[in-house]
Amino acid sequence: MRRRQVERMRRWPLLSWSIVLLAAGYFLLPLYATFQFSLGMQRGELSFAAYHWLFGSDRFLDSLSYSAVASLLAILAGTLLVVPTVYWVRLKLPQARGFVEFASLLPLIIPPIVVVFGYMRLYGDGSWLPLTTSDGRLDLLLVIGYVVLALPYMFRAVDTGMAAIDIVTLTEAAESLGASRWRIVVSVIFPNVRSAIVAGAFLTLSISLGEFVMASLLSRPAFGPYLVQMGQDYAYQPAALAILAFVITWACMALMQFFALRKPGQRVLPRLWAERTTKKEREVS
Amino acid sequence: MAHRLLRARADGASLMGSPLWRWLGLVPFALFVLLFLILPVLYLVQGAFQTPQGQFTFDNLRALASPTIASAYSLSIRLSLVSAGLGALGGLLVCYALVHGGLPAWLRHAFTTFSGVASNFAGVPLAFAFIATLGRLGLVTVLLRELFGINLYASGFSLFSFWGLALTYLYFQLPLMLLIITPAMQGLKREWQEAAESLGASRAQYWRRVALPVLTPSVLSCFMLLFANAFGTLATVVALTGANFPVVPILLFQQIRGNVLYNPNLGFALALGMVAIMVVTNLLYFVLRARAERWQR
Repeated sequence: MRRRQVERMRRWPLLSWSIVLLAAGYFLLPLYATFQFSLGMQRGELSFAAYHWLFGSDRFLDSLSYSAVASLLAILAGTLLVVPTVYWVRLKLPQARGFVEFASLLPLIIPPIVVVFGYMRLYGDGSWLPLTTSDGRLDLLLVIGYVVLALPYMFRAVDTGMAAIDIVTLTEAAESLGASRWRIVVSVIFPNVRSAIVAGAFLTLSISLGEFVMASLLSRPAFGPYLVQMGQDYAYQPAALAILAFVITWACMALMQFFALRKPGQRVLPRLWAERTTKKEREVS
Repeated sequence: MAHRLLRARADGASLMGSPLWRWLGLVPFALFVLLFLILPVLYLVQGAFQTPQGQFTFDNLRALASPTIASAYSLSIRLSLVSAGLGALGGLLVCYALVHGGLPAWLRHAFTTFSGVASNFAGVPLAFAFIATLGRLGLVTVLLRELFGINLYASGFSLFSFWGLALTYLYFQLPLMLLIITPAMQGLKREWQEAAESLGASRAQYWRRVALPVLTPSVLSCFMLLFANAFGTLATVVALTGANFPVVPILLFQQIRGNVLYNPNLGFALALGMVAIMVVTNLLYFVLRARAERWQR
């Protein structure tokens, strides 16, 4: 009888429905409004004129590609920094794990504006390591800043990836076949954590592509400062940019999810049974 | 010959195994973290305790209590509290409805997926989306005026004010809460409710005596994370208000750009204050989360 009571409560979840519908409305309304607004550039009709305008604009393409290159370089540098370190700590230096984990989480605690403020003062004019004195060096500093921003996500992704494989056995097997340390990292460990790295990379990309604070304070021609400028100068293009940004974020997250759930050596397009195992995995985790 | 080769390999191996050599493997990472994370922050901390001439002083920290700066901290903290509170409460309700409300499973998947995107959809584009929704010409503003005769902006609401910003922050706070509270919500076992009911407890009693005490540490730890998330938010405010809304990150941003405080070392103190608040918030988060995880085994 009690069971039936519980069942009845579950069959008539009016309160749940209203909460969820309210939340869905709050989430979807701004997206709809933005999309509708972005179609209104030509008076009296709905058109994709704002999007055409953007893709015909050199500043849009230049700033977007600048940020894409900076993000990709940061992902590359972050991978080169994090993968060997995590591998080494897991294999030979478990006592350093606390330090590496703590250092990797620091960027979540120290706001980016403080980090870049420190750079400008410590590596400014007359420093022993001047990094703000030319455009090339400022570009380098921006990439370094993005590596710092990416550190927590890259670390977590790679660390989880390495926890899933038996690196000690893999290393011993490679060693007994005569592989050098570098060779082991490049051709044994790396392919096994590639999915984890790519997952971390897409998360990083979604964060750094539209990043504003660091790029603006270092006066870089990046996408973030361009967005703010557009918001001040135009009405309809910013709405179109917001829609594009949402689509890019969605794509990054979907790809991240896809690669994070992928097992080492799994094919890119999973078969149906593989889909089922990932679903089960999701429930377990 | 072969013998000598083996010896060389063995020597190499013992060299690789020596403690010093092992620590060498950490050098690139440690150097990077030292140069680009620890030293820059220490430099600011040191500067916060110095006059522009380099003498030791507490004046900069004392100057944080001056009206302009104290009100910026107060505004930042209030905005973070409000947006984290609304986010935590809203996220909790939605999460409860999705996990225990008897709704179809696809709805929960849809919300989880969307939350992953929305919690990362912050910064400048988010500001644009809200301008198109609740700005002076935004869809909701116009519809309310034309259909219901309600003039939002005449009644005192502005997207570019405290409550407008809080409502905008909610767009990434609520999904974040939903994502991080879900494990705790799933940890509320149905057996507990059944056990409480079979002992004669009402639904309210179950909530007051069982569910809420178990959930509280999780909710508080998530609240801390949301607070830190809001406190550091800068790009959204810049895009919404053109850097004219004096929260702490905005003040620091203007100080870095143009020394608006007329004392470079005061900027260092401002940064130190931000770091201090973030450290305290994150410490509370870790402590509370450790308490919360007891129930999630």
